Amino acid sequence: MPAPRTLLDKIWDEHVVCAPPGELPLLYIDRHLVHEVTSPQAFEGLRIAGRGVRRPEATFATPDHNVPTTDRRLPIADLISRQQIDTLRANCREFGVRLFDLDDADQGIVHVIGPELGITQPGMTIVCGDSHTATHGALGALAFGIGTSEVEHVLATQTLRQAKPRSLELRVEGRLGPGVTAKDLILHLIGRLSTEGGTGFVIEYTGSCIRALRMEERMTVCNMSIEAGARAGMIAPDAVTFDYLRGRDHAPRDFDAAVARWERLPSDPGAAYERVEVFDAAAIVPQVTWGTNPAQVVGVDGRVPDPTTFADPFERDSGVRALAYMGLTGGTPIVDIPVDRVFIGSCTNSRIEDLREAARTVRGHRVASRVRAMVVPGSGRVKRQAEAEGLDRVFLDAGFEWREAGCSMCLGMNPDTLAPGERCASTSNRNFEGRQGKGGRTHLVSPAMAAAAAVAGTFVDVRQWHDHA
Amino acid sequence: MQPFTIHAGVVAALDRANVDTDQIIPKQFLKRIERTGFGRFLFFDWRFLSDGTPDPRFDLNKPEMAGATILLARRNFGCGSSREHAPWALADYGFRAVIAPSFADIFHSNCFQNGMLPVTLSEDAVDELFQRAAACSREGRPLRLSIDLESGVVQVPEAEAAGRPFRHTFATDPFRRDCLLRGLDAIALSLAHADRIAAWERSHGIGAPPAPSRP
Ligand code: SF4
Repeated sequence: MPAPRTLLDKIWDEHVVCAPPGELPLLYIDRHLVHEVTSPQAFEGLRIAGRGVRRPEATFATPDHNVPTTDRRLPIADLISRQQIDTLRANCREFGVRLFDLDDADQGIVHVIGPELGITQPGMTIVCGDSHTATHGALGALAFGIGTSEVEHVLATQTLRQAKPRSLELRVEGRLGPGVTAKDLILHLIGRLSTEGGTGFVIEYTGSCIRALRMEERMTVCNMSIEAGARAGMIAPDAVTFDYLRGRDHAPRDFDAAVARWERLPSDPGAAYERVEVFDAAAIVPQVTWGTNPAQVVGVDGRVPDPTTFADPFERDSGVRALAYMGLTGGTPIVDIPVDRVFIGSCTNSRIEDLREAARTVRGHRVASRVRAMVVPGSGRVKRQAEAEGLDRVFLDAGFEWREAGCSMCLGMNPDTLAPGERCASTSNRNFEGRQGKGGRTHLVSPAMAAAAAVAGTFVDVRQWHDHA
Repeated sequence: MQPFTIHAGVVAALDRANVDTDQIIPKQFLKRIERTGFGRFLFFDWRFLSDGTPDPRFDLNKPEMAGATILLARRNFGCGSSREHAPWALADYGFRAVIAPSFADIFHSNCFQNGMLPVTLSEDAVDELFQRAAACSREGRPLRLSIDLESGVVQVPEAEAAGRPFRHTFATDPFRRDCLLRGLDAIALSLAHADRIAAWERSHGIGAPPAPSRP
């Protein structure tokens, strides 16, 4: 009898093209997603070497990082951004790659549109020149970020040189409490693992809590695997996955045959992971980051820690530095921290369910007078769906700005940025120094927590939101 | 790609853990469509004051670290975004190698694509290098290191002569090492297996492009 294999083993074995002695294995890549920031030098490399794109029909591109989220009919004011987007257009035309351009109804953040269009499917290998490619693992794919030289390599060969990563099972049992979301779950896990705890590993999230998550919640979890150092995160496909994919534009035409294949993907009973960690979902509370990396996180019912008490000298040093940058003092209750800005968006939390959750929280309220708040849907489809449900009205009536799809203030490559010293409750995935604007201070939270902070003007525990409001 | 065999140079000591790629090259400089010219934006927010002049407190601006070609840092160097602009900026600034106790995965593989060597040493060895760098800094002179990729050895040449040897070995994936030593074109190497790639595609029903499922 063959040895029991994990989901990772099965996808890996299937995709190894060859492993010549003395070389790293060549892994076949099923889907390649491309955006404007990490691809121009790769296409240029192809041109210089006189090479083409091996499988343009497996390659999909969209501009997302640089795009303005205001009126799309106007030319892009930032000339260098415009040049980068024009370059993507020209490259896609020249090499025959499908582009979801700014005026395309399906444009959006690359990690939002991949699953939404059914481009992302179970059992596939998927890469993109972007570290949050881990998102696609939520559908049971092996999906990870690569650098631009590797983008060029995949364009030219449809393969990648890869050593097989190690496997880490994060098993989460039990149920999340009311008001506690997938975002809180992943922030909590990163806090426990540290920002490098997953380095060298692919995480498979398992357990009853994960099984009970809806598809979009699973994407939120897998999305942030990289913040724990893991290049990929994955969740075994099941009925939730198949129901999500059925009927999507790029879903296989013989869907039932595909499901029959996909049903064989989950790890076999007894398959061994190289490392296993177990967590209790019921113990997790809504999370707020206090520092400048996503592992510097605490429950909303807690206080900003005093890093001078940390045992590890590096954690102490980086904690002290982080508090200075964040303008915080150890011991401050999280709910006493006032916010200036609120950003609801990014590939972590800009899908329709995220917007519904945020809208439920703000319905009938007004954004606090000191706060400027914005909602940036993850894709054109999410935006239209939200508008069909009247969510845009809920946000606009409450005083939020309602924007066009893109990465926006997740990294502020477009005009959506924080001013120095501004403090932001953000549903994005990185609170690094300067990420949302030089000197800007980012606190990562769930959509409901961000929405509540917009109304209250400080962080609030959403578990008490209805008493509070 | 520029081969890496033996390199000797001055060390810049950046005593921080978890240096992320947003710090190595902030996002406002990612809009260029070339691979070159990123060096002047390296560590931009740390290196320069708001008036654009160099911040004298930042390590890389210390006179004894001028012309450094080897960067020394603490654990989890290069975490965060996949941007290859990070090694491009380091290389363009003049670095040929980074030494740290651990690296983020994507940054680590991006280095190899650009003729830059990531050297993983133990926490203790890195700590000792920081102490030596600090001692040199107090005397206003640079710390020099030599790195031999073929034999996998890092040493302080001057220390040998002074009777305080520093010599540590490091491991590198043999394939990556070979590519770096010989400065090979990774794509050409992979295309040498084009028949295997085509065979894989045939066995998976991939031939002519599939008919588009929408107009
Ligand atoms: S939303 Fe943020 S994290 Fe996601 S792809 Fe865009 S910039 Fe990267």
